[in-house]
Amino acid sequence: MATTPRNIVTIDGNEAAAHVAHRLSEVAVIYPITPSSTMGELADDWSAHGRANIWNGVPRIVEMQSEAGAIGAVHGALQAGALCTTFTASQGLLLMIPNMFKIAGELTSFVMHVAARSVATHALSLFGDHSDVMACRPTGFAMLSSINSQEAHDQAAIAMAASLRSRVPFLHFFDGFRTSHELNRVELLSDDDLRELIKPEWLDAHRARALTPDKPVIRGTAQNPDTFFQAREACNSYYDRLPLIVEEEMQRFTALTGRAYSPYEYVGDPAAERIVVIMGSGAETVSETVMHLVARGEHVGVLIVRLYRPFAVDLFIAALPPTIRNIAVLDRTKEPGATGEPLYQDVITALFQARQSKSLPMPELPQVIGGRYGLSSKEFTPAMAKAVFDELAKPSPRPRFTVGIVDDVTHLSLSVDETFDIESPETVRALFFGLGADGTVGANKNSIKIIGDETELFAQGYFVYDSKKSGAMTTSHLRFGKDPIRAPYLIRQASFVACHQFQFLEKMDVLDRAAPQAVFLLNAPYSKVTVWDALPREIQKQIIDKQLQFFAIDANAVAKATGMGTRINTIMQTCFFAISGVLPREQAINAIKEAIRKTYSKRGEEVIRRNFQAVNQTLENLHKIPVPAYVTSNLRQGTFEQPQMPDFVKRITSVMMAGRGDALPVSAFPIDGTWPTGTAKYEKRNIAAEIPQWNPAICIQCNKCAFVCPHSAIRPKLFDPAAIADAPAGFQSMPYQAPDMPGLSYTLQVAPEDCTGCGLCVEVCPERDRVNPKDKAINMKPPAEIRDRQRANYAYFLDIPEIDRSRLSRLTAKTTQFLLPLFEYSGACAGCGETPYIKLLTQLFGDRLLIANATGCSSIYGGNLPTTPYTTDSCGRGPAWANSLFEDNAEFGLGILLGVTEHKSHAERVLKELSAQIGQSLVDELLTANQQGEAAIADQRKRVASLRRVLAEIKNPNAPLLDQLADYLVKKSIWLVGGDGWAYDIGYGGLDHVLSLPFDLNILVLDTEVYSNTGGQASKSTPVGAAAKFASSGKATQKKDLGLMAMSYRNAYVASVAFGSNDNQTVKAFVDAESYPGPSIIVAYSHCIAHGYDMKLGPDQQKLAVDSGVWPLYRYDPRQVTQGLPPLHIDSPPAHRGVRDYLQNETRFSMVEKIDPDRFKQLSLASVRNTAQRLALYKELSHIAYPQTNGKGI
Amino acid sequence: MDLSTTYLGFKLANPVIPGASPMCDDLSLVKRLEDAGAPMIVMHSVFQEQFEREEVAVARGMEQGQYAQAEAANYLPDPEQFRLGPDHYLEQIGRIKRAVKIPVVASLNGSTLGGWTDYAEKIEQAGADALELNIYNPVLDLELSSTMVEQQTLEVVTAVRHAVSLPLAVKLSLNYTALPYFARRLMLAGANGLVLFNRFYQADIDIERLELRRDLKLSTSDELLPRLRAVAGLAGRINCDLAITGGVHTKEDVIKATMAGASAVQMASALLNNGPWYLLRLLEELAGWLETHGYSSLSEIRGSMSLLRTPNPAAFERGNYMKILNAWESD
Repeated sequence: MATTPRNIVTIDGNEAAAHVAHRLSEVAVIYPITPSSTMGELADDWSAHGRANIWNGVPRIVEMQSEAGAIGAVHGALQAGALCTTFTASQGLLLMIPNMFKIAGELTSFVMHVAARSVATHALSLFGDHSDVMACRPTGFAMLSSINSQEAHDQAAIAMAASLRSRVPFLHFFDGFRTSHELNRVELLSDDDLRELIKPEWLDAHRARALTPDKPVIRGTAQNPDTFFQAREACNSYYDRLPLIVEEEMQRFTALTGRAYSPYEYVGDPAAERIVVIMGSGAETVSETVMHLVARGEHVGVLIVRLYRPFAVDLFIAALPPTIRNIAVLDRTKEPGATGEPLYQDVITALFQARQSKSLPMPELPQVIGGRYGLSSKEFTPAMAKAVFDELAKPSPRPRFTVGIVDDVTHLSLSVDETFDIESPETVRALFFGLGADGTVGANKNSIKIIGDETELFAQGYFVYDSKKSGAMTTSHLRFGKDPIRAPYLIRQASFVACHQFQFLEKMDVLDRAAPQAVFLLNAPYSKVTVWDALPREIQKQIIDKQLQFFAIDANAVAKATGMGTRINTIMQTCFFAISGVLPREQAINAIKEAIRKTYSKRGEEVIRRNFQAVNQTLENLHKIPVPAYVTSNLRQGTFEQPQMPDFVKRITSVMMAGRGDALPVSAFPIDGTWPTGTAKYEKRNIAAEIPQWNPAICIQCNKCAFVCPHSAIRPKLFDPAAIADAPAGFQSMPYQAPDMPGLSYTLQVAPEDCTGCGLCVEVCPERDRVNPKDKAINMKPPAEIRDRQRANYAYFLDIPEIDRSRLSRLTAKTTQFLLPLFEYSGACAGCGETPYIKLLTQLFGDRLLIANATGCSSIYGGNLPTTPYTTDSCGRGPAWANSLFEDNAEFGLGILLGVTEHKSHAERVLKELSAQIGQSLVDELLTANQQGEAAIADQRKRVASLRRVLAEIKNPNAPLLDQLADYLVKKSIWLVGGDGWAYDIGYGGLDHVLSLPFDLNILVLDTEVYSNTGGQASKSTPVGAAAKFASSGKATQKKDLGLMAMSYRNAYVASVAFGSNDNQTVKAFVDAESYPGPSIIVAYSHCIAHGYDMKLGPDQQKLAVDSGVWPLYRYDPRQVTQGLPPLHIDSPPAHRGVRDYLQNETRFSMVEKIDPDRFKQLSLASVRNTAQRLALYKELSHIAYPQTNGKGI
Repeated sequence: MDLSTTYLGFKLANPVIPGASPMCDDLSLVKRLEDAGAPMIVMHSVFQEQFEREEVAVARGMEQGQYAQAEAANYLPDPEQFRLGPDHYLEQIGRIKRAVKIPVVASLNGSTLGGWTDYAEKIEQAGADALELNIYNPVLDLELSSTMVEQQTLEVVTAVRHAVSLPLAVKLSLNYTALPYFARRLMLAGANGLVLFNRFYQADIDIERLELRRDLKLSTSDELLPRLRAVAGLAGRINCDLAITGGVHTKEDVIKATMAGASAVQMASALLNNGPWYLLRLLEELAGWLETHGYSSLSEIRGSMSLLRTPNPAAFERGNYMKILNAWESD
């Protein structure tokens, strides 16, 4: 009875689910976590724009400090009788579990939407599987699984109806990324549809259960052995009724929309002998495969489980064809030690129960085998589904198996016929290789929407990103065709391949998935005449062998000419439409322009004009390139493998770097997630458009360039001039100009293949060429001119011995750069504002450093495989790094400290026990050594070496033990590292706790003032006036003063630093913090791409933040108190620049002015006021010297 | 004392108009200026190039990191509604119009012909009473001749004249070789007034840091002289109102400008330095001077020292040094 027409749109699963959730909620309380974040963001965005729910109210969206906080607030809102929702995944869902028990125990109508994601085990993974939702099985939540975006939309409504009707809360889930991020066609339910589905009397009943003093009740009582058990059983009938309620609501839904759903749906041959039971997007793959096999005469089928909890045995059994003999249950999760994965166990139990109740439709129990597939979004293809059916056809199929990997250890994996392909040749399949920064994915999303809107074609888009934040490669998989596209797996045979970045051809086999006679579109910085010869032989050969149609365009030239910078998106999109012929050319171009207008009209005519110009100039620059009959090129593709690689890197890391990690077998991997450090140096990504070149004639040896380099790709070194007698020609050096270290040479070298080209180094270089001031002491140059020479120089440079660390008597910004960085070439964003601090940390303390790293940007660029940026010195020492979780990092780090301290104490005990044999003087020295400073540490290391020599001679059973523990006698430096999301929000409880303890822990807060890693959501660190997600009109409240809160303990060292303003103060703070024997915390201003300006200006903006008083620099050292001095020392100059000058440079602030100038005026005034108040408070504090006590009172 | 004048077709109580400055961004300041006697208000320019750059900068800032990694589609919220540079300016025209009774002159600097006309139309629709075209054209192109530059400006004025019916003033910079000819052509193209001369950011050289520094220095009365000369040379010779801007600080400056032939003066630096009530004092002083010197109205002195009426036009026609040389000769 829908009275409003239903829109058909092309959206992803997150948007599809959020579309219903937002309209069926009065309150949503959320916390960002990949891959569910966009659901919350969309809901917030819609509410911010006044979009109403179906009852004409605008849902209130609140971001909390953690998922534990979110679900707590949800619980409260539900108790208050509101309709409430939340969105989450993975660890977030796990944090909600305690409250989920409560919400279900109280029979509360509620639907949460989960983009199912791997739970971190041996490693974290962002990607999709069911291990998170499976952890919620005992909570009492009903669990409903959707297999695609349309279902995610529809079942969001069905779940709500069933929950309101049954009172049982629902966990509605779909596969993270594969469904949550796949664009596909969705018919939207109208508001009238939703009103029809959700009956008003259910709402009345829900509200009637609200806690209210007008009709008071009490919930959350404590019950005792006499009653708890019975009371817990009192809800049973609600669960018993639930499957039928779900089935009825699905039937009502079908009657309304024509889209049929059932809790357990069978697809395939009605007389099937072999079936697969599966949940989630993999069900689509199996269904398609089944249809294909049935058409070939095979008796196969698939049973799709939608209602997973309660598991309705009768409905499940009723859905099974009676002819079944063999069942394979596929689980997208792993439960080590269990008798089988959860769905497998449920199926076995259901069949057994049916047999017991004599309701089994088949004469005897079928054979049931169980397999794992698709962990962490591992591909699950029709070939793999077929492999499962093939296994079932064997006389004695393996009872437990895996599919999709090669398990050469426990031999559980099925072999897969990779040539099995069921995709219709009618479906156009297009692959696009691009860079994160070039807009390829955005353009492809746009193309999908255009095709969806302009044609009757069905379209699907899925996007794969590599693990780097800078220079990341994106692969877009687009399908479109006349029939609905249900292929939740990547394209293997593409009819159109576009390579948007020419440099990919140097190493990547971009044509391996090109089908014969496919189109190959290349963006190349060559003319139509020269482009063929610029291709490597391997690419030419494939073009010829596969008879590809080859098109080329110099898109960067067109982008430059039309003011598009590096954004080649609209140009390549125009090429795609021009060549593919999906739409008539004219219609396509009009549609592209319309899409541009739609996207950019709110941002101004100029942006539109430039894009239009780019579109207009594309066709005249796009050329079909004649393909010769023979390979003509002399160029060969490079490889990721290098001769100097250690064996592990050669066998494993280099394969992963080449994008062939899927092919690695189980035996290749560490069993416990332990990986070698120091592997980023083998990656040589060569992503910089320009790299710096040093000019010693101008250089004043300040080392500022090295200090700010986020990737440790520009480094100075001091050495004896004689040490470089065999230097390569062109290796530059100069006398070191420091009176305290005469006779040394100085050089500054660039890692040309590791540099990202951010330009920070040139920006901070203070020295200009006096005659030609355009040039500085370092200048950016195209790599082609200098790369080969720099590569040779850099390799030579690395082999020059490092300076003796203890010779650097005074640690300053300059001298610290002569210390070897033990953090290098990470995948952080070009121009990252965090990594210079981490690099400094490793330079100062790296050889005795343990890092507990909270989840976030720093854990991703710090430990996202394939490569590892933390590395070792020539002695093999270096940072030991681990990530536990997001929320527990302080506690985790504390645990590390306790362990290390215990080892040290143990070593000391044994040392004392063996003192007679070791020699008292060495023991005394070892035990009493003052390990402050490099020289003292070096001395202690020498003592430990002596100890080991002595121990080797001692015949005592404890000597080997002491040998094992001896290194703990050298002071370890334990640091907890994380972002503001951790320190201010989710991990604050733990952080606060460790600050209150008397332990020697150091905390580095990389404060970007926003959740950077998950895409710019507001944290409690976000300053007033800044736009962030969940504060899109500018944050109304001021930033939490974490430093001040830490100072309130008075036993913690606290510092606020910003290297762009005062790098020496930064160094001082790090050294102070490390030397302070109690807890220390450094809050470090970290510029970030989420601030919305060119990152090379980050240090300037840091300086402006300090000069305007927005970010005061200070050090609070409790050691001062005992000397009668004020513990707080302010290091920044009095504010002498305008706060508004600071604000106007960053889009996060300036966009607020663009949205609402009056609000911006108010918020910037608040910022000015807050700044002044904070400075005044600090000024007062900095004058307070605490009274000394003499034991008899003051 | 009658200080009234006519400028761009408006009968004004006095000729001292607060000129282009940030003052127009603050409504309360605009109201105080009206209370202090401002006969008209000239808003600062909206620069097409600047807001287009801002648009591009915001778009770039928001696109930074977009769809570049699996965890984040983007890093900043993407609001539906953005107020772009001109939107705010256009809204401010309406606000000022509602706040005061005096005529409001908007000012525009376009960078493309289409931009000039589009925004002129928008300004007219927003309710401005007149439009000042701020011609600001730092020519560095080796291929661009003075004739071509002037031709482009004439095209702009012609196009805007066709696009809007507002009174049009054209604000020029100091650097025209043949100003009278060009001024006449502008008049023929449709300009109702000429505003002489623009002052703009001039780069200074930081000799220590080897960088250019862009400062806007407030004007001083010293800058008045080339303006006096230019206005005196045109007054009465073309059918176009003349206004002086740049260097008008004191009653003497106003008197000189009027004597040279200006219908109006624009004052910004003096008001920025001294506040809005300075205008009231200056007008009182002006009236006082006229009275003590036996004039009955300001219009009596208008153009008295123009090229047509000055006793020694040679001083305008030739350079001052000629006069000094002549003095030598007469000795």
